[in-house]
Amino acid sequence: MIEYLTTRDFLVLMAKMFAIFGGVMTALAYTTLLERRVMAFVQMRPGPNRVGPFGLLQPLADGLKFLLKEQTVPTNANVLLYYAAPIVSLVPALLSFSVIPFGPDLKMTDVSVSLLFVFAITSLGVYGIVLGGWASNSKYPLMGAMRASAQMLSYELSLTLSVVGVLMIAHTLSLAHLVTSQQGTWFGFIPRWNIFLQPVAFLVYVVSAVAETNRLPFDLAESEQELVAGWHTEYSGMKFAMFFLAEYANMVTVSALATILFLGGWNGPAFGPWWLQMVLPTVWFVLKIFCFIFAYIMVRASVPRIRYDQLMQFGWKVLLPLALANILITSLVVALT
Amino acid sequence: MIQILFFFFAALALGAAINVLAQKHVLYSSLSLIVMLTAVSGLFILLQADFLAVINVIVYAGAIMVLFVFVIMLLNLPADPSGEDGIDRMRWLKFAGIPLGIFLLLMIGATVWNVGISGNATQMEGSAEAIGQTLFTDYLLPFELTSLLILIALMGAVVFAKKDL
Repeated sequence: MIEYLTTRDFLVLMAKMFAIFGGVMTALAYTTLLERRVMAFVQMRPGPNRVGPFGLLQPLADGLKFLLKEQTVPTNANVLLYYAAPIVSLVPALLSFSVIPFGPDLKMTDVSVSLLFVFAITSLGVYGIVLGGWASNSKYPLMGAMRASAQMLSYELSLTLSVVGVLMIAHTLSLAHLVTSQQGTWFGFIPRWNIFLQPVAFLVYVVSAVAETNRLPFDLAESEQELVAGWHTEYSGMKFAMFFLAEYANMVTVSALATILFLGGWNGPAFGPWWLQMVLPTVWFVLKIFCFIFAYIMVRASVPRIRYDQLMQFGWKVLLPLALANILITSLVVALT
Repeated sequence: MIQILFFFFAALALGAAINVLAQKHVLYSSLSLIVMLTAVSGLFILLQADFLAVINVIVYAGAIMVLFVFVIMLLNLPADPSGEDGIDRMRWLKFAGIPLGIFLLLMIGATVWNVGISGNATQMEGSAEAIGQTLFTDYLLPFELTSLLILIALMGAVVFAKKDL
């Protein structure tokens, strides 16, 4: 046990952990800035541009503000669950990064069922929202929490079913093997990505992923016109920031999964000297995730929120049958070829 | 190392399971149940049954228990269920629990008797393929019957919920 702590393997693992965790946390902070700036440009505003050059120090200022804010607990709130909820929300969101391969070697670990591991861990994140809404002892958070749990249950179904087609083609549940199964090209120029084989599954996945992360146009859990701020109405300071971080971490997780499942993960042209070839896969991976995040922000800036009954109807009557039909057709094709 | 982890997860699972019964408030009971299920998943991982562990979390801790918590919040149950007519029903439930508990113990005993405690789970590796092979060959009939049973329960729930179909 003690010898292991000084071996090279352990030090490499620690270095990877610090690199991935530090990188992800910094990226999350700057995603908030990106969102505010892009939203501002869509709405013909400058956005936050005063703190540092182009407002680049804004996330630091925000973080400092969150840390220094007064910690308040509403009267008659369930104190234990009120404090536990942000932690329950943030820990699963960050834990799923432990199995995501950011490059051929840049991954902490890979278990044989890492895809299901991510689904399992992220499905626990809903308790943070539910408990936060319940423990606040206030009506708007409770409404938001109930909407969130119903919505996340409904869309988790089509999210999970949409990837089954990909799994049938790739014959694996491991994220690293999913990426390597998409190496190479068809006819020399079309990359061998699953999006070309499973376009319907890709669309179902992306739409349910937006709903899973409670983003517009599916953000009924915190719709500010009706519910003030939904389940985190009564939260302030660092506890609010943890909910906020969890939301962005989930966004990055579902984007990373979409990249790995449908867009070939870190696969991409590798060229130049050896050090560039080492870095390029991670660059491709991050670029693909960035495209998803940008699309997320643009959708938020341009699409209005849908009604609650429309949300449920869309999930159960459109997405779920589509995902099931996709599984049926894919399994037929796989069985016949 | 594995032994330390085993005792940690076993103690967590047992403690949480006892807490499910000890808590007065039904929401705390269901939260303890979630902790218990997650701890059992840890035990599955120690037995190299990764697939089973993950599915356990997805299905029970992640889906079914969310429904439980959802319904509890929806009904907004009182902190202490005893009182009014609740106490009478509880007394009969206790007596019904005795034969059910003995039956469950017998089932577990029979399973252990058949399989043997010193199973070789490490050679099996609870992989998705192995489980799929067994489910769709040796246990095809029970598998299909179970899915039929769930479908019937689902339809029954719809019939109860909607008075005029």
